[in-house]
Amino acid sequence: MGRRRFLGLGAALTGSLAVGGKQAIADPAQESPPADAPWSQSIGAGVVDRPYGRPADTEASVIRRNVPWLTASAESSVSFSPLQDLHGIITPNGLFFERHHAGRPDIDPAQHKLMIHGLVERPLLLTMKDIMRFPSVSRIHFIECPANGGMNWRAAQMNSLQFSHGMVSCAEWTGVKLSTLLEEVGIKKQAKWAMVEGADGAHMNRSLPLDKCLDDCLVVYAQNGEALRPEQGYPLRLVVPGWEGNVNIKWLRRIKLGEKPWHTREETSKYTDLMPDGTSRGFTWLIDAKSVVTFPCPEKPLDGPGLYEIRGLAWTGNGKVKRVDVSMDGGVNWQTARLHEPVLSKALTKFTLPWRWDGRPALVASRVIDENGYVQPTIAQLRAQRGSNSVYHNNSIQTWQVKSDGSVFNVQLA
Amino acid sequence: MYSSRKICLPIIAILLACAANLAGAAEPGSFGYGSVATPAQIAGWDIDVRGEDGTGLPPGNGTVDRGAEVYAEQCAACHGTFGEGEGRFPKLVGGVGSLRDERPEPTVGSYWPFAPTLWDYINRAMPMQAPHTLSADDVYALTAYILNLNDLVPHEFVADRNSLPKVKMRNRDNFIWTDPRPDTMTKPCMNDCVNAADVRISSTAEGRNLTPRTTGPLDTMQQK
Repeated sequence: MGRRRFLGLGAALTGSLAVGGKQAIADPAQESPPADAPWSQSIGAGVVDRPYGRPADTEASVIRRNVPWLTASAESSVSFSPLQDLHGIITPNGLFFERHHAGRPDIDPAQHKLMIHGLVERPLLLTMKDIMRFPSVSRIHFIECPANGGMNWRAAQMNSLQFSHGMVSCAEWTGVKLSTLLEEVGIKKQAKWAMVEGADGAHMNRSLPLDKCLDDCLVVYAQNGEALRPEQGYPLRLVVPGWEGNVNIKWLRRIKLGEKPWHTREETSKYTDLMPDGTSRGFTWLIDAKSVVTFPCPEKPLDGPGLYEIRGLAWTGNGKVKRVDVSMDGGVNWQTARLHEPVLSKALTKFTLPWRWDGRPALVASRVIDENGYVQPTIAQLRAQRGSNSVYHNNSIQTWQVKSDGSVFNVQLA
Repeated sequence: MYSSRKICLPIIAILLACAANLAGAAEPGSFGYGSVATPAQIAGWDIDVRGEDGTGLPPGNGTVDRGAEVYAEQCAACHGTFGEGEGRFPKLVGGVGSLRDERPEPTVGSYWPFAPTLWDYINRAMPMQAPHTLSADDVYALTAYILNLNDLVPHEFVADRNSLPKVKMRNRDNFIWTDPRPDTMTKPCMNDCVNAADVRISSTAEGRNLTPRTTGPLDTMQQK
């Protein structure tokens, strides 16, 4: 019997044994063993066939995505990380969420300089080569846009993990401590604030208290082991661990020390939180503790009753995640999930919990508690304090409704 | 045999050397990388303006009428002829008294706390297609025009480094600049935390048709 005929017979046999009404496909991959798939009986591409490398072609759907109706133009907009297809705590560089205010500049690193001036002893102009000579550090931190989840303040709107939580990503950043650079220029006694500014068309700038600059801020040129991606600020960006994404200035070109904050457009007109009484909160930099179940989620429904591993991510800008609890009944009862090492300060933390699904409707939610004892609030608790027009800092508990057919929906509970 | 003194002296010497090194590391210029920025280099990039008191505003001035001309040419296509905003581009005018409403409208007139911030933002970030290309006078003129559209200054107003910090913005005193969070307190209850019968879905994203697809090519959906 020739190989071709043998394969055909196999397909017929499999077809006759198929259960559940599913059509068998005459595809060796479906039948093996005993049949070898074509890729097991041929030679593959050689080294440097793809000198940089890229994901498998079948992963083409795993990309950053935007909400076209959300913003006036793609140049001043956001894209969301596909959390539903990511595993672990590190976001691959090509999938790190984007937030631009004047598009992504393509900068020649040979021409890029960082100026540090203002209330300093010795103002400096540093080239990229200069910056890379300073003592280096590598640290893993998340960055989250404070508007992540903003579309769900008023009601459950986005039926998707990617679009409800995808403006958070996490990477290992390498660069120089901002404190090292500030000590090198010499901080004058009157200096209390820093103005940090980008080289993009927005000349994006924010004020930061000097204490935070000296505490843990990093001026970084690398992300997950390679040069920053242009979308993340190539060749140089600021990382302000645990604070809202907007202050993590990309394409960083200037740091000026001063006595008072600047009250820039991005910290008055935007990135301030409007309260129901008409007052607004400004300088709300901290990303409070937040968590989300990443499986199941609307993009990844359940496939019939049985044993599953609930998976999720938790993070806080206020130190480390201490505990994550998971509820399957809309918050009536909670079980403590397992945290996976490494549990790092101001980094995404992975949690899992085994769950035997009986096929009945469920309301799956997670709740993080940080090392300060702060408990992730419900959306109702947040609304009671802040109404629903504050746009930013929605760190509420996310509830996924699991229907008996396994489909999953974004819901909010009364 | 070594005396303790013989051991101690070199150790002390090493410690002193280390201390000197550490102290040295904190001295300005101890690495010596880069070049000292000259006043001319600093002047080229030193564009920031402080919102509260206008520190950093340059010489120059602009009138409301000149602002109307520049606005028609540079801004109206996105922000609308009278600041009403085209499409989803930001409104610059209106919304006064709306901040406690169900649908507040934060604009220069209703929300912005400091007038010099308007000069700074136009100067650094506008017009969107060619940011930081307008003259200081034209930025002053645009600032005057937009403040006038919002009835914050009279038609005769001339914007300059002295007049802008004095403009009283409507929402100036309604910002709290210290973060009051944490503003929710919970004890993490584990069992029978709420009555199961009271668990009710108050809102669902199902059927809303607002979510772009998350498989296949990028979605171009617009809101219905």
